[in-house]
Amino acid sequence: MSSRPQRSSYIWGIFARPGRLKWLLAALPFLISIFTYTFFSAKRHEANPSEKLMPSWSQMVKRTTELATVPNKRTGKLVFWDDTWSSVIRIAKGVGLATLVSVMLALFIGVFPAGHALGQNFTNTISFIPPVAILPILLVAIGVGEASKIGLIFIGTFPLMTRDLTLYVKGLPREQIIKTMTLGASQWQLIWKVIFPQMIPRIIETIRLSIGAGWIFLIVAEGISSSEGLGYRIFQARRYMAMDTIIPYVIWITLLAFIADTILRLVIHFFYPWYRANKS
Amino acid sequence: MNILHFQDVDKAYPTPNGDDFLVLDNIDLTIKKGEFCTLVGPSGCGKSTLLKLILGQEQATQGTLTIRDNIAGNPDSTRGIVYQRYSLYPNKTVLENVLAGPFFKIPFWKKDERAEVKAYALELLEKVKLGEHTAKYPHELSGGMQQRVAIIQALITKPEILLMDEPFGALDPGTREFMQTLLLELWEEYNLTILFVTHDLEEACYLGTRLLVLSQYYSDDRGEDFQRGAKFVVDQQLHRGALSTHVKEKPDFNKLVESIREQGFNPKYLQHVKEFDLNHPDSWSTLSLEEHNS
Repeated sequence: MSSRPQRSSYIWGIFARPGRLKWLLAALPFLISIFTYTFFSAKRHEANPSEKLMPSWSQMVKRTTELATVPNKRTGKLVFWDDTWSSVIRIAKGVGLATLVSVMLALFIGVFPAGHALGQNFTNTISFIPPVAILPILLVAIGVGEASKIGLIFIGTFPLMTRDLTLYVKGLPREQIIKTMTLGASQWQLIWKVIFPQMIPRIIETIRLSIGAGWIFLIVAEGISSSEGLGYRIFQARRYMAMDTIIPYVIWITLLAFIADTILRLVIHFFYPWYRANKS
Repeated sequence: MNILHFQDVDKAYPTPNGDDFLVLDNIDLTIKKGEFCTLVGPSGCGKSTLLKLILGQEQATQGTLTIRDNIAGNPDSTRGIVYQRYSLYPNKTVLENVLAGPFFKIPFWKKDERAEVKAYALELLEKVKLGEHTAKYPHELSGGMQQRVAIIQALITKPEILLMDEPFGALDPGTREFMQTLLLELWEEYNLTILFVTHDLEEACYLGTRLLVLSQYYSDDRGEDFQRGAKFVVDQQLHRGALSTHVKEKPDFNKLVESIREQGFNPKYLQHVKEFDLNHPDSWSTLSLEEHNS
């Protein structure tokens, strides 16, 4: 009697081995979402040909193509790309500034005992302030221009980045720091030649996590005071119930966030192999 | 020539209830150039504290500690250290790790000097059989290889004294013996002065030219209830013949190990301070009046 080796289930239980099936499983939620939307959109269009709430895919493509290729009559700009550029630059500036400040603070607090005493409690306290709550203060204090939008992104992201990076610096083995000094390093060299290079992949990872928060604050700030930007456009389109603009913009923002995240992840993967190896 | 000199050194740590807990108790020690000192002692006796004092990571509560007649300050390149773990920079390759020390001192525009040191580093790596692994990162190396890099990394800056804190403690027995003979070769060739902390008595007796036992199990005239810190209870010269690890199987060697185990590690075996086995030529110790008033 021939016996077949026992094979664990493809799908069920904690010992399942989905194999190639996992690609199908990964695609399934996406397919279901798209199908559900398409189904209900079509149904509503049947009932009411001037339906605006759930535009069809073709309507959205048409509208987006217009925004991306036909210059605006008043400003002469390609609205879609102009919005994208403005928003991306704002996030880059806001998160960039937050990165710069949090790296400095993390080194200061993480390396120097006096820096810890001076800065630890203060930055922790700052991180409890809900950033959106101080948006009015920013608007009053520095006006409705670019600075307040970048400022909100900065304030929204830097406290957590600082906390994360400080923890990382403090987590470096004490032995390594003592060893560095016995190898003849100056304190300056310890920071810039030993600690900072080891921080870089963590900085990239912190940026990855902060970009998500950056988008939230960007959209809030643009919704309140702006004349262009992806967030601004969404809030403006809401006034006309222009779902054929809002939905593609949301998808576009999601895609941009995904692209940025993937790039940063790949940078760590290819340029800092030691980082992943030492994490486990 | 004296490299390291302790005089009447006490180290106490504050405890939560406000008292001080004495770890090292009136320590005297002189280490001469070229000595290979091994330091053993029961756990909690203060071996690590002693190392931290020498490194400058901790400060003595009392007494003076000098390296080449200079008061030992914050950690600097007069002392080298090899730890059991975390010794290497994870973000640097083997060669970069070894060059870290010299390159702190040689600015990047002095290309010739840097090239010279690099050649020397490669030579050293070749010597410890890492010639083929110079471009690897520490996480790609075995434990023994990592420790070989760490040793080269520390000795390339030519410290006055090389401190080693259980450097082979995490290695399997075979690798360990290989590392022991390798270390002895390096010690001989580069005339190193080493203080080697271990909890393995056999290792201590095999490697050292001088064996130090630090222990809190002893008696003196300060009364029964006195909370004593650790002292050196044994300070012996060891005679080493061949580098072969076969000596470990000889009866004399085992007798030595057993007698040290009794003197240093048995909590019930309390020698009086005046009867310690301190027969090494460099050994000395001054006792306070309270310690031997009889």
